[in-house]
Amino acid sequence: MDSARGRGEALLLTIATTYVPATDLGYLLHKNPSGHHTAELSAGIAHVIFPVAAEDRCEAAVLLDIDPVGLVRRGRPDQAQFSLARYVSDRPYAASSLMSVAIGRLFATALSGRSKERPALAATPLPLEIGLPVVPCRGGATLLRRLFGPLGYDITAEPLALDEHFPEWGDSQYLAVTLTGTLTIREALEHLYVLLPVLDDDKHYWVGGDEVGKLLRRGGQWLAEHPDRDLIARRYLRHDRRLTTDALRRLTADEAADPERDDAASDAAEEAAERSVGLHDQRIAAVVAVIAASGASRVLDLGCGSGKLIAALLKLGHIQQVTGMDVAQHALGAAAAALHLDEMSPRARGRVELLHGSLTYADERLRGFDAAAMVEVIEHLDAPKLEAFELSVFGFARPRLVVVTTPNAEYNALFDGLPPGAFRHPDHRFEWTRAQFGDWAAAVAGRYGYEVTVAGIGPEDPAAGCPSQLAVFRR
Amino acid sequence: MTTAGHVLKIPGMCLVTLVGISGSGKSTFARSHFSATEVISSDFCRGLVGDDENDQSATKDAFEVLQFIAGKRLAAGRLTVIDATSVQAEARRSLIALAREHHVLSVAIVLDVPEQVCAARNAARPDRPFGPHVLRQQHDQLRRGLRGLRREGFHRVYVLSGETDIAGASVQREPLWNDMRSAHGPFDIIGDVHGCFSELVLLLDQLGYQVAADGSTAIHPDGRTAVFVGDLVDRGPQTPAVLKLVMGMTATGSGLSVAGNHEAKLVRALRGKDVTRSHGLAESLAQLAASPDGFGGQAAEFMDKLLGHLVLDEGRLVIAHAGLPEAMHGRASSAVRAFALYGDTTGETDEYGLPVRYPWAQDYRGTAVVVYGHTPVPEATWVNRTICIDTGCVFGGKLTALRYPERELVSVPAGQVYYQPARPLGEADPAGRSAGPAGGVSPAGELGSAGELPPDRPGAASRTELSIGDVLGKRIIHTRLAGGPVTIRAENAAAALEVMSRFAIDPRWLVYLPPTMSPTTTSSEPGLLEHPAEALAAYRSAGVTEAVCEEKHMGSRAVVVVCTDSAAAQRRFGVAAASAGAIFTRTGRPFFSDPATEADLLRRVGRAIEAAGLWAELQTDWLLLDCELLPWSAKAGELIRSQYAPVAAAAGAALRAALQLTETAVARGVDAADLLGCLTERRAQAALFAAAYRRYCWRVSDVSDLRLAPFQILAGEQGVHALRPHSWHLELIGRLCDRDARTFRRTAAITVRLGDAASEAAAVAWWQLLTAAGGEGMVVKPAQVVHRGPRGLVQPGIKCRGPEYLRIIYGPEYSAERNLSRLRSRSVGHKRSLALREFALGMEALERFAAGEPLYRVHECVFGVLALESEPVDPRL
Repeated sequence: MDSARGRGEALLLTIATTYVPATDLGYLLHKNPSGHHTAELSAGIAHVIFPVAAEDRCEAAVLLDIDPVGLVRRGRPDQAQFSLARYVSDRPYAASSLMSVAIGRLFATALSGRSKERPALAATPLPLEIGLPVVPCRGGATLLRRLFGPLGYDITAEPLALDEHFPEWGDSQYLAVTLTGTLTIREALEHLYVLLPVLDDDKHYWVGGDEVGKLLRRGGQWLAEHPDRDLIARRYLRHDRRLTTDALRRLTADEAADPERDDAASDAAEEAAERSVGLHDQRIAAVVAVIAASGASRVLDLGCGSGKLIAALLKLGHIQQVTGMDVAQHALGAAAAALHLDEMSPRARGRVELLHGSLTYADERLRGFDAAAMVEVIEHLDAPKLEAFELSVFGFARPRLVVVTTPNAEYNALFDGLPPGAFRHPDHRFEWTRAQFGDWAAAVAGRYGYEVTVAGIGPEDPAAGCPSQLAVFRR
Repeated sequence: MTTAGHVLKIPGMCLVTLVGISGSGKSTFARSHFSATEVISSDFCRGLVGDDENDQSATKDAFEVLQFIAGKRLAAGRLTVIDATSVQAEARRSLIALAREHHVLSVAIVLDVPEQVCAARNAARPDRPFGPHVLRQQHDQLRRGLRGLRREGFHRVYVLSGETDIAGASVQREPLWNDMRSAHGPFDIIGDVHGCFSELVLLLDQLGYQVAADGSTAIHPDGRTAVFVGDLVDRGPQTPAVLKLVMGMTATGSGLSVAGNHEAKLVRALRGKDVTRSHGLAESLAQLAASPDGFGGQAAEFMDKLLGHLVLDEGRLVIAHAGLPEAMHGRASSAVRAFALYGDTTGETDEYGLPVRYPWAQDYRGTAVVVYGHTPVPEATWVNRTICIDTGCVFGGKLTALRYPERELVSVPAGQVYYQPARPLGEADPAGRSAGPAGGVSPAGELGSAGELPPDRPGAASRTELSIGDVLGKRIIHTRLAGGPVTIRAENAAAALEVMSRFAIDPRWLVYLPPTMSPTTTSSEPGLLEHPAEALAAYRSAGVTEAVCEEKHMGSRAVVVVCTDSAAAQRRFGVAAASAGAIFTRTGRPFFSDPATEADLLRRVGRAIEAAGLWAELQTDWLLLDCELLPWSAKAGELIRSQYAPVAAAAGAALRAALQLTETAVARGVDAADLLGCLTERRAQAALFAAAYRRYCWRVSDVSDLRLAPFQILAGEQGVHALRPHSWHLELIGRLCDRDARTFRRTAAITVRLGDAASEAAAVAWWQLLTAAGGEGMVVKPAQVVHRGPRGLVQPGIKCRGPEYLRIIYGPEYSAERNLSRLRSRSVGHKRSLALREFALGMEALERFAAGEPLYRVHECVFGVLALESEPVDPRL
């Protein structure tokens, strides 16, 4: 052992067998049970020792020695450069994607199903016991059982307390796990290789296109049959929809898809399919209909987000100008990309304008429009900001037509998985019932000299009304 | 159109158009009478766009460039001379339009030189291959246009005929009539009198003027000058007496007046124009008809000569009847006069057919104070360095004067209601404009029918007090403290806009944000990253003789605004809030998501201030406190549960298992003794990590479990306190702790004499004591707060954090020498520079707020702090 590098290690994985002779485990893993084996990883060093090496039981322990300071210095491109999360990290202590890398490095031969000394044994299912004292698991023991259960393991999983000094804080997301089953070494290692990062739902490195290849290589035999195949692929590929689709297609050997199909188009198609209710599209359609009927030619989209309403409005021939404003710069970037602003002809480009701004501030640029739309915006404003917004829009910009949509809180009860009293989005500062919205709209209209009508958007429930509501202000 | 004496008098700010055919000597003339940068020549612009000064095909583009440059100069108020032939009316028209657009006067100087002379000059220049027909054509055009120059819109026209006239001419610049910068007052600016003579006499008397017994003039023994904002006449009982007095004061030099819309209309009526005799005009005409013979004529002449506005006191004070935006100050055009007399009307009408009036005062961002009248208000109130002092005397309100530069308001009540207002004085506008959120402060209770304008319609003038232009884009902020201006980059401002808009509290509460603080230079002591020695040395070498070491509480930063009651909150912050205060974080977010908790804590703070007698002692009904709010878990609970506790839990379980199995392996004879030793050490570090954050967590079931540790009283009604010595703050805050030891936590402190080895050693020992007991550490501050060393302003504080606290920041195993040796390479330079800039901005915000400056001026600095906080800096510093 290179003691100069020995910083001490956290134990993260044990693999034990009671097959007789149990010490054959050393041949299968290509590690001598009496030695101390190390392998260099980019983030640190992996060690293998055998705490037990007897005839009836042999146990290999993998210890990872992750350099916490080095981990910070290398950074990860998808993390905010200066987020505190990078400095105080559980990575050195928890079985995560770092462990997958270590398994790949330490047990490359075993993973490929070969063994020089015991070729037959490598293909033979053995009684195995896998210990994982700290498994980060987003989804808890339930998910763990869903993932490992169908693969033939008996599972024990105990959540670790977050802090025994503060029992009210509850459990952490870590589980102490034991998996027992009769499997080949290769299968067990593959399962761990793929599923540890899936449980963690995180990767220590940037996920690129070659990850699809790794997933197919390690999961090819069993993943296609796994009931949670989609979830595994999605999480393994870090929720990158394009990569996920790609992997799923290849896994299911679905060759129907046109390889020339444009990525963006497939994204859009999927997005549309995903939203079975299609509520947002209905909202956009309702707002567009009101604006189209009004004959407005210069339209403001306040809180334009990624520009869906803008795109819909631009399709109306009589619209001369659509100006989208958002407080989030990244939203404007997304809108510019979604609308393909850079590729627009000068004439088309002249019809669109994107502004970075905020309704907290008076803004001369908002004057001179015929209509303004605020689709799902007001519920993101807290009370004093809402008043400022009213002043900015109804008092200062004063277009002849103002269209406002917001969720109908009464309908929330009909949404699956939304706990009572919870909002649809964590940033919502309020969600109004129909009566609350109606009162607000009437008060604003009265204060600023507008006429208002309120209507619902989406399928109407006899008791709860429509999922979304729309106020149309005119003067 | 003569040039007697050849002295060409031109306004100091104007657009001069030289008119003359090619070769008439325009450029030579321009060179000899104007500075090179004042002259823009079409030839030069042709060269700019076409590489050839005589390329006639570049003429169109060249003139666009010329107009653009001239526009920029005129916008900045600089005299500009156009050196082009300008012999065609069409060419001159665009120049006159440009001058009007920038509200400057137009002057034409014609150089009428015989064609033959010009031809001879051109012949001597190889680059001017003009045929004689070109010159003849130009000359014809020139001659044809001469007579109509004034009609075209030139305010002054000078024609210099022949070489002798031209050679003998001189140019003399004169200030504009409205330019009275050299008059420094002091002034007493008096609101709309409307014929209320007895109130005027009372007011002048109260201001200290001696009014002549016959009412013919009034003089102040200290040489003060009364300035009338116009509308002396109409509606009231004694218009002729008021006119006589003001005319007399003007003649004796103790009075000045600008024209109001009522004077303008009265003059037209007196001159026999057909005007509607409404709004009190009939009364004036009747009263003047009853005056001694000739007075009506004198009065008309006086009123006719009144200027639209006056610029006084080096441009720091502007008087205009209905106000004036900055771009019009000291300018002259009919638009300027119309604005000054009638206000910001656009001709636009709303759905009721009534004129829409815009709130120019809310948009006003100028440096000059603008005092105006025209729209009666119940009380004169400052809005962005502007104030309307028409308090509706003739309607039964009062007659108000503003003493300048004292900025005191003096009023006398009206003797009676002389004229019935359409809407009772002081009644709010139906539009609910009086108190909008985030400021919609506007002159409340306008009497629509008081002027010639009907009432504003709902909302026409509404807007929030802050404008996007106040914060977005690259900004340069001048502060009292920083050596140079503080620059806010556009991308940082953009980042701050999102935070400010989405998460921050009402900007009217947010009058301060605390600066970041730099840690001490990295220590090289074994096992330590930070140690007080470096901080003490830094101050010692900057020449600080005395420093204060303050205990650093480990909680969350909290700025507390507390008012005696909601009336005080409304008066000073313009916020109608039941809680009479606010508590916000270092990024301007509400500290508590639950308003009841905030209100409860504010009540406790208010009670302690009351009990300690600080309201009275500091003569204030509001205070701003900079504090640490404990425990850390109260605000950072989510962070602790998602970030710190999981690391400790994972480390504990993983290392326990590792240790156990490695012991088994070693017992079996595997050579892993080193591994065992390391694991033991690592496990100990993980335990220390857990202990480190636990120290700052305790259960909070209600407000009584919170502890507030104020360390500075930032400001109050008396002004900014933040720059007082730290000892002053700690003494007063100590008294709060005495009153309510449950809510408040004391901040322990010791004083260090820098350079005194024993004293410095005592500070180090104190730090060791604090940190050994689990304290976060201490902050070293110059005792006098602001200190300028050889390299400028020194840091207002340097933090020295304890080794166990730093474990939370740098991770469980940071203290191992192999890790420390790498972590020591940190650099605090950028953090220090930010800390100083943010400190300067924070203090500037306080100074501006304390001085009663407009919200946008305060917000600019607060926004700046937030913008600087978006700079990428290692958050562990």
